[in-house]
Amino acid sequence: MALANIEKYLRLDKFPHIWCPGCGNGIVLQSVLRGLDKLQVDQNKVVVVSGIGCSSRSAGYVDFNTLHTAHGRPIPFATGVKLARPDLTVLVITGDGDLAAIGGNHFIHAARRNLDLTVVVINNSTYGMTSGQYSPLTPTGAFAATAPYGNIEPPFDLCRMAEAAGATYVARTTSFHVLQLPDFVVNAVRNKGFSLIEVITGCPVYYGRMNKLSDPVDMLKWQRQNAINPKQASMMSPEELKGKFVIGELHRHEAPEYTEEYDKLIQKVFQEKS
Amino acid sequence: MPRTIRPAQSGMLFMQGNEACAQAALDAGMRFFAGYPITPSTEIAEMLSERLPRLGGKFIQMEDEIASMGAILGAALAGKKSMTATSGPGFSLKQELIGLGCLCEIPCVIVNVQRSGPSTGLPTAPAQGDIMQARWGTHGDHPIVVLSPSSVSEMYELTVTAFNIAESLRNPVILLADEVVAHMREKIQIPESIKVKDRLKPDIAPEKYRPYAVEKGEFVPRLADFGDGYRFNVTSLMHDETGFPTNRSDVTGALLKRLMRKVESRRKEFTFVDSKDVEGSHLVLFGCGSTVRSIKQAAREAQAKGLRVGWMKTSTIWPFPDEIFQNLPKSVKTILVCEMNLGQLVHEVRRATPDKIRVDSVAIADGHFITPSDIMARIEVVYS
Repeated sequence: MALANIEKYLRLDKFPHIWCPGCGNGIVLQSVLRGLDKLQVDQNKVVVVSGIGCSSRSAGYVDFNTLHTAHGRPIPFATGVKLARPDLTVLVITGDGDLAAIGGNHFIHAARRNLDLTVVVINNSTYGMTSGQYSPLTPTGAFAATAPYGNIEPPFDLCRMAEAAGATYVARTTSFHVLQLPDFVVNAVRNKGFSLIEVITGCPVYYGRMNKLSDPVDMLKWQRQNAINPKQASMMSPEELKGKFVIGELHRHEAPEYTEEYDKLIQKVFQEKS
Repeated sequence: MPRTIRPAQSGMLFMQGNEACAQAALDAGMRFFAGYPITPSTEIAEMLSERLPRLGGKFIQMEDEIASMGAILGAALAGKKSMTATSGPGFSLKQELIGLGCLCEIPCVIVNVQRSGPSTGLPTAPAQGDIMQARWGTHGDHPIVVLSPSSVSEMYELTVTAFNIAESLRNPVILLADEVVAHMREKIQIPESIKVKDRLKPDIAPEKYRPYAVEKGEFVPRLADFGDGYRFNVTSLMHDETGFPTNRSDVTGALLKRLMRKVESRRKEFTFVDSKDVEGSHLVLFGCGSTVRSIKQAAREAQAKGLRVGWMKTSTIWPFPDEIFQNLPKSVKTILVCEMNLGQLVHEVRRATPDKIRVDSVAIADGHFITPSDIMARIEVVYS
């Protein structure tokens, strides 16, 4: 039974899920749950917050405290939850449109604060729920419902952005490299601070169909062929790196965490008062 | 059941409106504030950034107005009484998430200290241009309660009331102040004790908990806190009693109707109106917020000239207090609605007032505070 260890984290009565055949979201969600299972989390003490989009429907399928918010806004809601209850483990599950476009400002500011959140962004390079428009992570040249002549915009590198903004744990993997993600989730949740995990996945129905990758297997092969590790990347020229994505644990550093700093501030004010 | 608590300070005090609002929020038990700097509401954030940590509460200045609104909704679900404060431009930005608060039934208080608009407008001249936005700013039908203070004392009282309504209705409540009441300083009497209401928590086992189910005859479901063992789902999609998305029209229709009835069924509890000299008057002045101060003065001046003029005011803008217009004395021939916009409240008054009474208006939206002489000038034209 493939789901044996993680069935207890699923709201099985909410299945079947809404995702299309060949969608990578199920693979990602399963891997996130495997990571949480390794941590032996108390389900009552985990909050999963999501925005709007295909990936954000994840929140409804998992048996934690779950909050499906508005487009782009899961991080502000998660900020409120975490500040109100620092003892809770707060995960954000979001998509490339939700996080990098409409929610981009919240993303960099939560990273800057080093607030103890784990953000898993499921990057399928498109707006799947609205039928395949281009997102800030659509590769240059790719086709989309709103890029019928090919996308002329360059995509963000979310991981470098997170690092620059102050995130203390940054990792990237794909839905093909399915065994990496649970360990990344373990390390991200254990990291006391802002953690970002980008998971590149496939949307064969919209992105794939418009980009000669409509077979889900082709999408997985595309992930395998273009993923490289940091060591390989360090030996490649910028020209060779075009279209490739670096996977692995890309960045870690120690920094004061926001809720801990806030608690210190409260202690300081209390001492001054007494 | 309300609790009786002692405010941090009581008795006769001299205070600014925004300070009174912040103090009242703390007295009402607010322990989470998220905001973004905007005049003329900023004193509220500044004062709370200093006071909240002293009470073990949390203040955060978010990256924008939308984020502030999202953060208070998140904190409210984690059990805190939460508030944000803004002005017109920020209020516009918060609208989507105010609607989320209404649909997901998350209690919170939004203070909008109105300023002259539209857009950046005339910062920060007084105005009352957000009366309709406060009611209809977010998309879709939704329930909302909007309170309007006309003095520093009312800033205090209505802030406490706003929290009591928000928590007992499980709904966002808007305190629609204006630049004048927010920035003025005046005498304020804070009572020795105030009544504070807390949200009702579920008293059943977690596995039986349905976050959007109500008892027969009731309209407000009980709200558990995230982290307290009641694992439930909150979604901005239309949902059933269990909190999960549905598109069944019988369920979604019933949900929306319950949300509207939640406010309507208890409107008497939070309809706060006042009046003077209406009996026997020919003309009644009507308004809300700081405008009431000029209305009262204009009524006195008109009476001194021998005119039979009374006044009515409302501290509850939404739901609109239709009832006060429906049983006016036979002597009343004219209602003169005074407001600092080009006519918003006046439409509601026209709707609520019997046809035989004439409804006229003093509508000022040029950035100057409506004066008793502005009102007197119109009284002299329309009085009969």
